[in-house]
Amino acid sequence: MTTRREFLVVAAASLAAPAAVEAQLDPNQAAVRKAAFQAALGRVLGGAEVRRGRVKLRLPPLIDNGNSVPLSVSVESPMTAADHVAAIHVLTQKNPLPDVVSVALGPRAGRAVFSTRVRLADSQTVTAIAQLSDGSFWLDSADVVVTLSACLEEGLI
Amino acid sequence: MARAVVTLPPQAKRGDIVEIKTLAAHPMETGFRRTQTGDLIPRDIIRRFTCTYSGTEVFRVELHPAIAANPLIAFTTVATESGTLTFQWVGDNGYAVTETASIRVE
Repeated sequence: MTTRREFLVVAAASLAAPAAVEAQLDPNQAAVRKAAFQAALGRVLGGAEVRRGRVKLRLPPLIDNGNSVPLSVSVESPMTAADHVAAIHVLTQKNPLPDVVSVALGPRAGRAVFSTRVRLADSQTVTAIAQLSDGSFWLDSADVVVTLSACLEEGLI
Repeated sequence: MARAVVTLPPQAKRGDIVEIKTLAAHPMETGFRRTQTGDLIPRDIIRRFTCTYSGTEVFRVELHPAIAANPLIAFTTVATESGTLTFQWVGDNGYAVTETASIRVE
């Protein structure tokens, strides 16, 4: 029989668990998706080096509804014929598929800015990668907490 | 049935950067959801969006199931000349929608 004191100790411990934010996805599936993310990252980069900076990924830090999340990416670039952003890719680590959106643009865009609305399956890190005309890659990432998942499938509650 | 909305300024000065917002009516079914009886609902999404300015492609997007229903795509372009902008959405199950808008450049 559980005494009131024991119950309170267990309840307090479960509330204080640091893994509460990441508890939605079971660890096995999380590993599979992490591998898929790495594969997608390799496909985008094609072996090239990626540096942090120049890209700005805007996402709300706390998301009530993962079904429609405003996302916007902007890249610092003069957008001239000689120096412009050629492509922008957005990848996730815990969605069923790592790819979110790929944009092809050029100097005719004027500014390297675009926005859309995405689905997010879980609290995770979202990454935006920009490919510049000189072949260099730049990235920015954002950590988000999702309260209601976009996908109600196995392994997700 | 298939509907799409495009907003952009009707006129601009030459060299100005104009903002374009597009919205297509589409469920963007992911292919990961199931019905109450457990059957997988087949994927039905828009795969590609392109914007051409007087025949030249200026912006292209590859969409994946992680894009929310009724995809919104907002971007910019340089107003180079008076002409027609053509917006095209292509997707699964033969989905194809084309919308045009004209811009006057001074």
